[in-house]
Amino acid sequence: MSQHSDSHGHGHGHHEEHNHGSLKSYTIGFIISIVLTVIPMLVVFNGLMSRTGTLLVILVTAILQLLVQLFFFMHINEGEKPRYNVMALVLGFVIVITIVAGSVWIMSFNSVVQ
Amino acid sequence: MQQHIVSPEVHEHHTQEQESLKTAGFWLFLVSDTLLFGTLFATYVVLVGHTNGGPSGKELFEIPGFVASTFLLLTSSFTSGLAVLQMQAKKLSGMIFWLIMTLLLGAAFLYLEVTEFVNLVHEGANIGTSAFLSAFFTLVGTHGIHVTVGIFWCIGLIFQLRKHGITTVTKRKISNFSLYWHFLDVIWIFLFSVVYLMGVM
Repeated sequence: MSQHSDSHGHGHGHHEEHNHGSLKSYTIGFIISIVLTVIPMLVVFNGLMSRTGTLLVILVTAILQLLVQLFFFMHINEGEKPRYNVMALVLGFVIVITIVAGSVWIMSFNSVVQ
Repeated sequence: MQQHIVSPEVHEHHTQEQESLKTAGFWLFLVSDTLLFGTLFATYVVLVGHTNGGPSGKELFEIPGFVASTFLLLTSSFTSGLAVLQMQAKKLSGMIFWLIMTLLLGAAFLYLEVTEFVNLVHEGANIGTSAFLSAFFTLVGTHGIHVTVGIFWCIGLIFQLRKHGITTVTKRKISNFSLYWHFLDVIWIFLFSVVYLMGVM
């Protein structure tokens, strides 16, 4: 989508093609987001699943929605290469997961010590 | 790229190069902000059980309130995307319209959040009540401050748009604002999931 010829050259370089998107992709993203928000709500409010199952549904729908926002709204897969923003974001996710999972793991020993 | 471009186009190309560098810088800011929220989430998850004999999330969180907040912010993320589409179609008035919609939805979200906080404090659940509530107010409040900043930023951009129209510079600013706003929606999704849904389950 972001590939186009420069033959009409009047100041329209490849940088113009950032955040391309279309009404269709935004609308699809919006609808998927709503569905992914409603699913965990239904599961939690109606107590449809066991505790583990519910936690899993909440986390999976949240991560899917993160991906929907990144691809449909923030257009992470567009823009010129190399995509330093994607690399930085991946590094950011690695650090966040380490901090959150590491904190939860190490602090789970808190009850043993007390 | 062509090799025989004339000087204004060289200038234009140069400006675009700079603007795209600024967008890259803005991505780095978003990543660093992700780390900020990551540490606050880690704190919250660790402290969520430490209620010091006080109320837990299950007793405090009002389901209609946070459900409404979620849909308000989700819709505002969509409308800020529509503003970007109007910008690409070079329609200034449509763009300002969707920015104002984004702004109003953000303000409604903020109103709900402030009301929630005021109610909590009136119920005796303030930031000093327990470790759980300290973590809760810090995490949710930090997101709320981000939304507040975003609203003022958006107001400023609307004034700039009215003054300068759609230029390479205002385009970059709107794109960055829209990235910021989508980012805030992503953070809210995790607040909604980890704090509120897991809180009331």
